[in-house]
Amino acid sequence: MISPTLVNLGYLIASVLFIMGLKMLSRQKTARMGNRLSAVAMLLAVVTALLSQEMGYTYIIAGFVIGGLIGTVAASRVQLTAMPELVALFNGFGGVASLLVGWAEYEDARWIWVQQAPTLITLLGTFLAVLIGGVTFTGSLVAYAKLAQKLPGRPLGIRGQQIINAVFLAAALAAGVAFMLNPVGMYPAFLALVGLSLVFGVLFTLPSGGADMPVAISLLNSCSGLAACAAGFVIDNTVLIVAGALVGASGLVLTMIMCKAMNRSLRNVLFGAFGGGGGKGEGAERGQENPIDADAASYVLEAADSVVVVPGYGMAVAQAQHAVRELAELLAENGTSVTFGVHPVAGRMPGHMNVLLAEANVPYDQLLEMDDVNAQMSNTDVAIVIGANDVVNPAARDDADSTIYGMPIINVDHARTVFVLKRSMASGFAGIDNPLFYKDNTRMLFGDAKASIEALIAELKEN
Amino acid sequence: MSAGVLLFFVFVLAIFLGFELISKVPSQLHTPLMSGTNAISGITIVGALLAAGTTDNETIRIVLSTLAMVFATINVVGGYLVTDRMLGMFSTKKDGESR
Repeated sequence: MISPTLVNLGYLIASVLFIMGLKMLSRQKTARMGNRLSAVAMLLAVVTALLSQEMGYTYIIAGFVIGGLIGTVAASRVQLTAMPELVALFNGFGGVASLLVGWAEYEDARWIWVQQAPTLITLLGTFLAVLIGGVTFTGSLVAYAKLAQKLPGRPLGIRGQQIINAVFLAAALAAGVAFMLNPVGMYPAFLALVGLSLVFGVLFTLPSGGADMPVAISLLNSCSGLAACAAGFVIDNTVLIVAGALVGASGLVLTMIMCKAMNRSLRNVLFGAFGGGGGKGEGAERGQENPIDADAASYVLEAADSVVVVPGYGMAVAQAQHAVRELAELLAENGTSVTFGVHPVAGRMPGHMNVLLAEANVPYDQLLEMDDVNAQMSNTDVAIVIGANDVVNPAARDDADSTIYGMPIINVDHARTVFVLKRSMASGFAGIDNPLFYKDNTRMLFGDAKASIEALIAELKEN
Repeated sequence: MSAGVLLFFVFVLAIFLGFELISKVPSQLHTPLMSGTNAISGITIVGALLAAGTTDNETIRIVLSTLAMVFATINVVGGYLVTDRMLGMFSTKKDGESR
């Protein structure tokens, strides 16, 4: 056991290391060191806590061993392409841990509170740790299932979803208030709060799908931090509050970046039915699409000086990233300049395409952000769209009636020729028609993205 | 200032600091940033071990806090490892480039 001063000093140093680690994590060159620094901060916080008071170590060690084994195996065995869903799962575990901490403290403190009334902050902390932790847990599990394609990725809504959600949230809040008013007597209210929070997490995440997923996931990330923060108020612990608040804030920043990339407000994403709306009826002047086969496409590519590849979720589903990298290398050998245009909400989580392309060893200086790639688009010979749809839909730019009007897009239609690799003419997750497919300079290469690219590679090698 | 108010004070400052730290992030780093901050949110492990270490023998409390330990440890250990792997994937490319 060490003195309270030393304990606080330990927590202070850990907090400073977390802050420095987080700052480094947001810059390319220092990111890996930043993550390691933050791991050191975590270790310091844990060691400090272990030394802070007399305690029995049996259950602590049991938890360490079991959790450590599962975490290590999961993190080192996972395929790189499955990382996004694993992160979602871990996020949920952090949330449920905060819920359980709040609950365990309550079980203990209930008997103390009979004699000595708890402070408002302790009660509010318990309430919020359970509510936010519970929502984070089940919400992240749903996100995990969607990312891992164990649930359909599209928005799963039922009629009157928003009303049902509002009812459950109101019920959870009511249970929380009842618990706070009479924390000793209202044990059932506390249990109701636990249950309702878990149900609300599912209801809250199910309706989001498609391009909403990056927003939902970064919001859940923020929530896991806030839940830890609330747990910090329960046990009067500064390091929990600081680290939790940092995560809460950074998750919100990321959420806002995602919202901005879709030109939608957070409220609109959470409560507006993006995919559900009747956007289908607007294909007024639907033209005729121009199909192309791999043979003809390969000649166009061979003659091109510059090619921009725009990947989307379809590339992830087809696991086409390695084939894409091979194609890019082949074109580069032929003297073509190849870059990748990555839309911020392409894929199902923030930075999804970057992870996939990095896994396939695409050098990251070839990955351009939306504004940079748009600046060079009119000088580009061929834009290859691989499984992306709404993020390249010119209606977002030109058609004021479109439901996605105002969303920044990658202007592939400004390139001299556009190849769209697509399974069929089905619409994207927003359910709206894409005028890009009917433009004169667009050629549709139908089929599985991976198979199509492999066919292109074969043709290029032959020519 | 009472202890509770002081904690709230710390909380508000930390939120502002978080916003300042992460105002501009290149999109390449969005996934590692999420994954790395997710590992940090596992700080709740401190709460879990303080609860699991209490020496009373109330079954429900032991069950709850041990479960909290397990989940928080998965979050921390798995979160840092997976982030490190991901960032390693990004940085090997940089080395390959400079060679």
